[in-house]
Amino acid sequence: MMQKEDMGMRKAKGGLGVALMALSVSAWAVPERWQLNMTPGVTATSQDVFQLHMLILWICVAIGIVVFGAMFYAMIKFRKSKGAVPATWSHNTTAEIIWTVIPVLILLGMAWPATQTLVRMADTGDADMTVKITGYQWKWRYEYLGEDVKFMSSLSRAADEARQLGSGIDPNSVENYLLDVDRPLVVPTNTKIRFVITADDVIHAWWVPALGWKQDAIPGFINEAWTEIEEPGTYRGQCAELCGKDHGFMPIVVVAKPRAEFDAWLAEQKAANAPATDAVVQAPAPTKS
Amino acid sequence: MATYATTDHHEDHDHKPSGFFERWFMSTNHKDIGTLYLVFSLIMFFIGGAMALVIRAELFQPGLQLVEPDFFNSMTTVHALVMIFGAVMPAFVGLANWMIPMMVGAPDMALPRMNNWSFWIMPFAFALLLSTLFMEGGAPAGGWTLYPPLSIQGGNNVAFVIFAVHMMGISSIMGAINIIATILNMRAPGMDLLKMPVFVWTWLITAFLLIAVMPVLAGAVTMLLTDKFFGTSFFSAAGGGDPVMFQHIFWFFGHPEVYIMILPAFGIVSEIIPTFSRKPLFGYQAMVYATASIAFLSFIVWAHHMFTVGMPLGGQLFFMYATMLIAVPTGVKVFNWVATMWRGSMTFETPMLFAVGFVILFTIGGFSGLMLAIVPADFQYHDTYFVVAHFHYVLVTGAIFSIMAAVYYWLPKWTGRMYNETLGKWHFWLSTITVNILFFPQHFLGLAGMPRRIPDYNPAFADFNVISSVGGFAFGITQLLFAWIVIDCCLRKRGAKATSGVWESAKGLEWTLASPAPYHSFTTPPKIDDRMLAHGDVSH
Amino acid sequence: MNASGRHRVLLKRMLLTCAASFVFCFSLIPIYTIYCEITGINGKTGTLSPVAAGATTIDYSRTVKVEFDAAVKSGLDWEFRPKVASVDVHPGDVIEVMFEAINREPELIVGQAVPSVAPNRASLYFSKTECFCFTEQPLEAGESKDMPVRFVIDPAIPANVSTVTLSYVFYRNEHATQRLAQSAAAIDNRVL
Ligand code: HEM
Ligand SMILES: [Cu+2]
Ligand SMILES: [Cu+2]
Repeated sequence: MMQKEDMGMRKAKGGLGVALMALSVSAWAVPERWQLNMTPGVTATSQDVFQLHMLILWICVAIGIVVFGAMFYAMIKFRKSKGAVPATWSHNTTAEIIWTVIPVLILLGMAWPATQTLVRMADTGDADMTVKITGYQWKWRYEYLGEDVKFMSSLSRAADEARQLGSGIDPNSVENYLLDVDRPLVVPTNTKIRFVITADDVIHAWWVPALGWKQDAIPGFINEAWTEIEEPGTYRGQCAELCGKDHGFMPIVVVAKPRAEFDAWLAEQKAANAPATDAVVQAPAPTKS
Repeated sequence: MATYATTDHHEDHDHKPSGFFERWFMSTNHKDIGTLYLVFSLIMFFIGGAMALVIRAELFQPGLQLVEPDFFNSMTTVHALVMIFGAVMPAFVGLANWMIPMMVGAPDMALPRMNNWSFWIMPFAFALLLSTLFMEGGAPAGGWTLYPPLSIQGGNNVAFVIFAVHMMGISSIMGAINIIATILNMRAPGMDLLKMPVFVWTWLITAFLLIAVMPVLAGAVTMLLTDKFFGTSFFSAAGGGDPVMFQHIFWFFGHPEVYIMILPAFGIVSEIIPTFSRKPLFGYQAMVYATASIAFLSFIVWAHHMFTVGMPLGGQLFFMYATMLIAVPTGVKVFNWVATMWRGSMTFETPMLFAVGFVILFTIGGFSGLMLAIVPADFQYHDTYFVVAHFHYVLVTGAIFSIMAAVYYWLPKWTGRMYNETLGKWHFWLSTITVNILFFPQHFLGLAGMPRRIPDYNPAFADFNVISSVGGFAFGITQLLFAWIVIDCCLRKRGAKATSGVWESAKGLEWTLASPAPYHSFTTPPKIDDRMLAHGDVSH
Repeated sequence: MNASGRHRVLLKRMLLTCAASFVFCFSLIPIYTIYCEITGINGKTGTLSPVAAGATTIDYSRTVKVEFDAAVKSGLDWEFRPKVASVDVHPGDVIEVMFEAINREPELIVGQAVPSVAPNRASLYFSKTECFCFTEQPLEAGESKDMPVRFVIDPAIPANVSTVTLSYVFYRNEHATQRLAQSAAAIDNRVL
């Protein structure tokens, strides 16, 4: 019953459309039902990206209104059934110059903020810590470089059971279905975290929408990205590059904790891990024969 | 260089070959081969469509109900290959075969024997590709983009799909050479290059694109083949190669390829809109130059498909600016179509409806393309349903709508009979409504965070997936109506007899021939009357 | 020229274009490799002769943190780790660090290490004068081996690079492993 009401409310919210979403400041950590738009996310970068997205979206809507408006006006007004007599002209240099130059100006207006955001996103300097992410078929491995903490992160057991063909388990009954893992990546808030991203077997892509970017994980090569999360919380994402049969089943969960809590967590991991590190690291060997 | 010539391969008789086998299997006649291409394309459209419905059926609800993930991936992979290489490209080649000789005043294509070959390779290529569905280990499942290392993890299907791609490439190249030879060597006297119909122009440029990039695709898949079976490591880091290099080569082919699938569509729409607006095409020369600059730019934007592979900042900026630049000539085209309609005297028969639908819906796809070009935003959009929505707007409501418009437009010329106009209008409206139910919600899904190429999803994505699936099945069923309208017109011949002009204000050489068009088009070169050209005054 | 003559000329030209385009595709491999060497875009490092490396002046005003990362391709039972997690270096200074590899497989394996540097804009300025990745690394069953890397960072490295990660992955070198196994078998036979 509760759920139904909740749904109805969200439906109404969805119905209000894109405009409302743009104003919403709540940073959603998981996708919502009837969600229409990107969320602003929880980092300065993701907010920049969201603003850029809204800017180009509205520019496109505006151009669309002008162009389609002219078209519908023409289709209604200049009909043969209304006795319209066709003109015979077939060019107009002024008009052609105008509709070449104006788009160029609009594009410049879009390119400028895009370039600025991109330059900021590319700056991985001055990070406080480095986390290595490795994609495997079909799970993720996280390693806190220099800390000797590393572990595998795979689809939660409940979801894994429910997702089997003909399992008979209703996905709606599984919390965070396909967006939950056994061991999430834990990171501190308000800390510039640098990621080095690679893969073991095929190409994967690491994507948490709330952080504002995705980055390919390529076997034999390392890529770089960074984030600085402002709000503590749990943020969910998925692999975003086709990587074989269970590509849809290797989610990502990031838990952001205040610095002190994170430090405590890390110390705990180190203590627990120290003797058993090997066993954890050796886990990935799907093709060993 | 206005010339006309027949070819010595060609026997100048006016009768159709008598036997069924001779007529259809050994045919060297541009109309028969055009028909073969179009029929083949329609069959592939339904095969690819059936696969799309498997995908939409599995995505109807969260949870796996129908197929294993591996088979799901095979469906997305083979669906894309069949639709691109089996449905869209052959349909355009079929239209080129039918129309280009008639539009430039030639009796037939320049190289009729090669024409026969280029068609008959295709059924074998697709038999090879589709046979993998019944093989142990299944059909290729690494995506139509064939990215290694994933694509070569498959078994023998890798060899099959690569040979199939080779054959499709050879077929396309032969078709393209034939089209170039026909356009450059076979035009009637007085049919100067800058008097050619826009459809002929767009195909000329497309054919050059094909010749430039199909061999690149062939090279890329050959390297995959040797990596898989002969121990090379072009694309494997362990042996000193780089998997990202495959993506660069693939998209160097791939981006021009997407324009190969849209430039002829621009041509078709530029023929239809003036006819039903009863007004010459606005800015004919601008249209030609815009097409040429789009084709040129298409060679320097490929990496916009791979913004997330870890390119340096400078590379990302270059490819972003170049991609945004493509929007300018594309915009010029759209504005010119609207200007053609402005102060015209319009009627809305089925071809015009599809052409107008094309302009609006293709432009929506162009808008999402522009958004995808903005690198920081693409970091979010990339590999989500937002991209899926983008390319289906440009391909289904772009390329496919234009093909349907072309079929309705020229069918009376081909068969001598009108199609059923009422059913045609139904087909248009049902298609337009259902295709938007199918693809528009996919924008929302992508923005909300649903990745592409996944067989199952979180229930938060369920609502729009249901809507999309319903739209998909409705669109699929609607296309049976299209098949019926075409069969009805071609075989039952109940429609009114078509005049040679067919449409009240159609201009161009093809409309000076009888309907149905004679088996050999212009056995004597026609006299070109500038006033009879679709784009009016061409002196500017 | 008559029609078929013109068609033939055109056909020939088009086929030549196709052939050129096919060859172009393969030439993209060396072009890309050279391009990457010049720009460092795919994270492959430069190599420098020890003499040249010794000749650069050291920039004591700056330190760059170099992190080391080691991985083994899944399916290969080796252990592989850097002996230090990271070092702070002055650009221009020649640094040597050790990695350690242990072969846990029951037989001789030849490994090949593949290096990669992040960020890729730093890789141009990151040169190795000596590296275990330059050669094949044969390890007997159970053998452990210390392997040195000597590198120098060019003082011209962009100012906004403060951390560089040097990463290696060990792969099994199938060919070399088989070759060595065969020659070992041949020696065994002779002894018997
Ligand atoms: C205004 C013109 C266009 C622009 C700016 C544009 C831009 C883009 C961009 C940036 C992407 C990559 C998105 C991503 O993967 O993150 C893309 C994907 C794609 N576009 Fe376009 N596009 C345009 C027109 C077209 C046209 C005309 C077609 C075909 C008829 C087309 C077909 C495709 C296809 C098939 C893909 C997806 C390929 C794949 O990953 O499987 N686009 N487009
Ligand atoms: Cu994946
Ligand atoms: Cu593209």
